[in-house]
Amino acid sequence: MDAVVAFLEAIPYDQILIQTVNGIVTGMILALVASGLTLIFGIMDVVNFAHGELFMLGAYMGVIVLANTGSFWVALLLATITVALIGAALQVTTLRPLIGRDPLTTILATFGISLVLQNYALWAFGPVARKIQEPFTGHFTLFYLEYPWYRLFIAGLSAAIIGAFWLFLKYGKYGIWIRATTQDRVMAQAMGIPVPWVYTFVFAIGAGMAAASGVLFGPLVGVNHTMGLDWVLKAFIVVVVGGMGNLGGSIAASIFISLLEAYASIWVSPAQAVIVSFVVLVLTLLFRPTGLFVPTPK
Amino acid sequence: MSKRYPLVFWTGFAVVMALLIVAPLVLPEFWRRFVTEILIWGLLAMSSDILIGYTGMVSFGHSAFFGLGMYGAAAALLTVKPPNLWLAIAYGLVGAAGVALFVAYFSTRLRDIYFAITTLIFSQIFYVIIFTWTEVTGGENGLTFSRPRLTIPGLYSEPFDSTTLHWFVLAVVTASYLVLRRITRSPFGMVLQSIRENEPRTRAIGYAVERYKIVAVMLSGLFAGLAGVLYAIQNRFAAPDFVYFLVSGETVIFNVMGGIGTLVGPIVGAGFFLLLRETFSRFFTEYYLIPVGIIFIAMVIFMPQGLLGFARRWLNR
Repeated sequence: MDAVVAFLEAIPYDQILIQTVNGIVTGMILALVASGLTLIFGIMDVVNFAHGELFMLGAYMGVIVLANTGSFWVALLLATITVALIGAALQVTTLRPLIGRDPLTTILATFGISLVLQNYALWAFGPVARKIQEPFTGHFTLFYLEYPWYRLFIAGLSAAIIGAFWLFLKYGKYGIWIRATTQDRVMAQAMGIPVPWVYTFVFAIGAGMAAASGVLFGPLVGVNHTMGLDWVLKAFIVVVVGGMGNLGGSIAASIFISLLEAYASIWVSPAQAVIVSFVVLVLTLLFRPTGLFVPTPK
Repeated sequence: MSKRYPLVFWTGFAVVMALLIVAPLVLPEFWRRFVTEILIWGLLAMSSDILIGYTGMVSFGHSAFFGLGMYGAAAALLTVKPPNLWLAIAYGLVGAAGVALFVAYFSTRLRDIYFAITTLIFSQIFYVIIFTWTEVTGGENGLTFSRPRLTIPGLYSEPFDSTTLHWFVLAVVTASYLVLRRITRSPFGMVLQSIRENEPRTRAIGYAVERYKIVAVMLSGLFAGLAGVLYAIQNRFAAPDFVYFLVSGETVIFNVMGGIGTLVGPIVGAGFFLLLRETFSRFFTEYYLIPVGIIFIAMVIFMPQGLLGFARRWLNR
């Protein structure tokens, strides 16, 4: 009995609560990145290795626009639009010629894109990390911490963007086109939907979402040319754990994995906490290879 | 394939071998190292060709095997005095085989893109472990050690110089090539190719596809580990950068540039990539990956069969 009491007293409840908030915040950003990735995969069978670089480009665009206009909101909007356009251009030039080939070739092409973009960023912006100033700096007290409102705000805004996107997919005319293309691209084409342009449009949306999360996340860490790598790996884990091409699953998996990592970092260093998500991935592959949050296939 | 094919093949083989044997005697020091390095990276690329080209599984995790080969060699060279070349190879192969068994067991349950992503993430697991376990692996700084002597037990023992190192690497890579060539032409290799062509049918004939895949991954991992050992011996260090997934990506680039499913192609691809890197780093310094990346994307789109496949098609026209 004493042992149980000692154990219960040893649990750092305050830290757990703080890490829960942290985990949900990172989870929402991750969900924003991963939903673009899973959408692109679900619709056109493209594994977008360059997704992290679009995230990184978004953050840099944010830095530039913020420096010139001084407004975070203008930066967020312009970065999203610019990177969406860049994404569309990349899709038309490199991925469109690959339609109909083995999906694996798209990994290769997007891997090439990611190398080019990453080194371009290094060349254009240099190795020194840039900083995005957060738009407001209020704090509230959470136990012994001064917790910034901004973190809660980005979680809310990410949720709002994902929600708006979901509504668009469900009710918007073009959203219906996108869903029709996912279900049966040949039939969609026969019904007069311009499938190649749907692909481009989807890639642009995914790129824009990645860019938006880059700008939102920029104030929490420095902006540098390798920031995309961590995210794309995490997003891949999330997409596999949540089930490839499954939007709801990816969001659930993002939050699940971010929470686990946040709790793990109470006891080990954040670099080692990543291993927790790897373990989740291995277990998922062992027992539910189609993804944790997918109904069991009949 | 015509009757003359073996004759043409072995003539070509002899010519290339002769050139590579003479190379260190005529080339200046820098290019001597360069050719040796091409051979090492070529071995890594060739090992991954077993999966990409012959079994139809694109591995994005070869850096783990390569890196574990490096760290295995490092372990042998640092703990056993005096450093022994063959022990380094043995340790490196054991390290790579252990990782390969682990990766193979889990990742072969999946196919296509899922396989690629899983191998990628597995290599990152080992990267994180090596990067954070500073007491054993030296963390970010890696490990440095001295080069072992070139020994043949009971017969010969002499320190390596860059020429003998080149010959040693050449001998190992050639032997690996011949072994891999033999394997791909064996009944086992035929089963692998039939998995690539049509997996359900192969299973229906009665082959235990999963077991073949596990063996293929392990085989590939062993040779990748061997490449890691050679690289460690050449450069006298082991660093976590070589376990990072960019190395796996480069391995896939070598394959695609050279031509998959040819074994020689990946070596050609490695040479082509390193030459491009050398050329472009003169103009673009560390940003050489911008032009090289663009060339790579163009090759994926316009030359999917790689340099060797392209040359072959062009010769046959």
